[in-house]
Amino acid sequence: MARKKKSLFGKIVRRTFLTAGAVAVGGVAFGAYLVNRDHDNPLVAGEGEGVFNPFVKIATDGTITVITPRAEMGQGIHTTLAAMVAEELDVPLSSITTEHGPTAAAYYNAGMMEEGAFPPAFHSGLGADAQRSLMASMGKVLGLQVTGGSSSVIDGFDKMREAGAEARAALVTAAANRWSVSPDVLQTENGSVIYAAGEQSATYGELVLEAAEVEVEEIPALKSRRDWAVLGKRQMRTDIAEKVTGAPIYGIDVQLPDMLYGTVKISPRFGAAAVSFDDTAARAVPGVLDIVEIETTTGKGFGIIATNTWAAFKGAEALQVEWGDAPYPADDAGITNRLVAAIEAEGTQSLMDRGDVDAAFADPQGTIIEAEYSVPYLAHATMEPMNATAQLTEEGLTIWAGTQAPGIVQSRCAALAGLDKDNVTVNTVFLGGGFGRRGEVDFPLYATALAMQTDGKPIKVTWTREEDTTHDTYRPAAMARMRAVVPEGARADAVEMKVAAPSIIPSVIARTYPNLSAAGPDKTLTDGAYNQPVNYDNFRVSGHAADLSIPVGFWRSVGHSYNCFFHEGFMDEQAEAAGMDPLAYRLAVMEGDDRLDPARGVLNKVAEMSGWRGSVPQGKGRGLAQSLCFGTWIAMVVQVDATDDIRIEKVWAAADPGTVMDPRLFRDQVIGGAIYGFSAALGEEINFEDGQVVQQNFWDYSFMNMEQCPEFEIELLQTSPHIGGAGEVGTPPAVPALANAIYAATGQRLRQMPLSRDVRFLGV
Amino acid sequence: MQLRINGEIRTFDAEPDTPLLWVLRDILDIKGPKFGCGVAACGACTVLVDGQPVRSCSYPVDGVEGEITTIEGISNGDTLHRVQEAWIEHQVPQCGYCQSGQILAAVALLGAVPEPTDEDIDLAMTNLCRCGTYPRIKAAIKTASGQGA
Repeated sequence: MARKKKSLFGKIVRRTFLTAGAVAVGGVAFGAYLVNRDHDNPLVAGEGEGVFNPFVKIATDGTITVITPRAEMGQGIHTTLAAMVAEELDVPLSSITTEHGPTAAAYYNAGMMEEGAFPPAFHSGLGADAQRSLMASMGKVLGLQVTGGSSSVIDGFDKMREAGAEARAALVTAAANRWSVSPDVLQTENGSVIYAAGEQSATYGELVLEAAEVEVEEIPALKSRRDWAVLGKRQMRTDIAEKVTGAPIYGIDVQLPDMLYGTVKISPRFGAAAVSFDDTAARAVPGVLDIVEIETTTGKGFGIIATNTWAAFKGAEALQVEWGDAPYPADDAGITNRLVAAIEAEGTQSLMDRGDVDAAFADPQGTIIEAEYSVPYLAHATMEPMNATAQLTEEGLTIWAGTQAPGIVQSRCAALAGLDKDNVTVNTVFLGGGFGRRGEVDFPLYATALAMQTDGKPIKVTWTREEDTTHDTYRPAAMARMRAVVPEGARADAVEMKVAAPSIIPSVIARTYPNLSAAGPDKTLTDGAYNQPVNYDNFRVSGHAADLSIPVGFWRSVGHSYNCFFHEGFMDEQAEAAGMDPLAYRLAVMEGDDRLDPARGVLNKVAEMSGWRGSVPQGKGRGLAQSLCFGTWIAMVVQVDATDDIRIEKVWAAADPGTVMDPRLFRDQVIGGAIYGFSAALGEEINFEDGQVVQQNFWDYSFMNMEQCPEFEIELLQTSPHIGGAGEVGTPPAVPALANAIYAATGQRLRQMPLSRDVRFLGV
Repeated sequence: MQLRINGEIRTFDAEPDTPLLWVLRDILDIKGPKFGCGVAACGACTVLVDGQPVRSCSYPVDGVEGEITTIEGISNGDTLHRVQEAWIEHQVPQCGYCQSGQILAAVALLGAVPEPTDEDIDLAMTNLCRCGTYPRIKAAIKTASGQGA
């Protein structure tokens, strides 16, 4: 039986990257054998070292190493994953050394896949839970080692604590054996096992070699929250020393013997290739060694191989290329036409259709309001431009990269080099910003392509900022058409949201799993619109996938990044039509559903913090927005001063992720997430002319600076029944809260991004 | 060519138009200064030249005159600079990529204005940070200058 199920699953996985819809509709069951089987432990004990599981190893000198197999891109995940182990191992976090560790299926992320299930986070019950569990199983079976979807804490919470508890149990058993006592009479404290009655103690280092031989049958019960000594408290970041001393920890800092340097010049029209080129001038640049052609699944163009990065950059600039035509509309007007065509056509998916929306509009019990909102393509603009280092020798291919998806890098680069993936080693280093961009495979693929031309020498391939800006996997442009029937003094009787955008999942799958096709609805298209804490009697959200082949990808908060602007901007328009205060209106929209208590909680909290019900001085305005994203409930109030150029003065936010692992790191993510959103409002946009991205560098694609940055006040609540994410939750409400604040101050309703198209901001 | 960097004379060969940043990073293996934009817009490459903050990505090496200090040169052995200490106290960095430049810009600011106001900080600290660490940078500068944050 197990064998048959395995082969069925194998076929499906090979052909189709299942989305939750396909799983639910197809009724596919994963073979229990595959789901229950543990992946091999990739850690091998060195001399004087004991390995307990894929996450914990201890050396006889007392060094405790915790593998924190998620990309550290600033969110502090190495700190928090290590803190989970420290908690159960009964050691202070400061005694732990963290390592990203090798690339392995054992480090799969089931939490991220679970977030891909369709039911809103507050839905529980058989159907919703079954779908989440199927998605989680897929993450495990595929062995997806990915950092994204604000899922690392959710995924790691049990896994890492259990890893610590398992190691502790083995150490205690080893001590019990040594002293011939029952493990029950032993305690652990600060890295030692203590037998108080017998006045004996031994350090973990002293016990480790015996402990590593102990088979832990059952993982002991984990500590209850009230006994936590490490979790729930502010910790010092484990990476702080490196990050205040300029240590060479990023991909761009990799230095190897005999290393060459390179850059790339990829077709600025996505999907196109060179028609003709002249590399005479490029080859004449001192330091340029070679110009090679590159053809990969993510782009076609040229690689420049040189003795230093600057020479490679100059070579790229001197390289003359005529590129082919773009297989998509060449300019913004053509792109907008595709969005309009999609939104006017039948929807491609609808994950929310409740009551009878058509009947409610046919016989409206209130005023009908309508609005159209739009947002442009956006770039990630990580501070560290894309780069990777690769070396291809007879032993295989080795990659060094700051990647959010080392397993995918391994398989894609293996395919390009014609190797088995077991012959590809991916070393994950620190990321100078990720925000979703570094889950892509283009930068390690290009490094691999160049390494295939350097006779075994390693090559570090660094993109210019211009190459980075013009070759992103963009946050999609999107458009919404919304209408509502709003009675006087009450919540809307019916709301309809149509959202058009190019679909992200098929675009990502084509680059990361080119042999598969994406099946089922794309949750990201309407994420943050269909699954929000609202309780309208009649509510429909349709997604309209637009036919645009410009590469799109995961940009901090993904679908929420535009849908929250649509949802919460239009929410304020409904409040106005109802003649109600925006806070009172939102509370009315949530009425009648107890599951939405955390949403009410964060709204009331932020109202209290900001003095929402008090008056606002002349020329200033406050705006409100709320969101349920990545399992966390958040409400935000923004105050602007609009007496001159608009200045964002103050931001209050209340978030409820159920359980907070580290209140400082969580707060910093909310602040950073909000700044990421404000930055988009202040002027970020990616435009197209002649099939190419117009923006080049920080002079025309900039973001919030010190002078523009507001003051923040953040409060965290812990009432939600499930753990929610942190990394992305600050971004969605920032833009609508800002737009609503500007409306409150000026009476000008802003329905298009960037907001700087319609108003002037300080310093823009 | 010769430059005095972090108190040492360093000798090297480079094309004269090579920006100081790439001489430091690729030729001299000093990786603290980072490459962000190449056009002096973000400040990730900030170094001090005779105590003044300079964006080394846009500074051809043949024009460099003066003593260069990078992030590697502001601490004294294991004893960190008071700005670095303040950065730790406030746990400023997230991804950390811009922080070498931010710290050197702050060192330069405190050299010029020992007790900067919020406005002084807004004016002087023009380095970009994509993670959004500005509120903590501001607090850390206040701490480093001996003012209550």
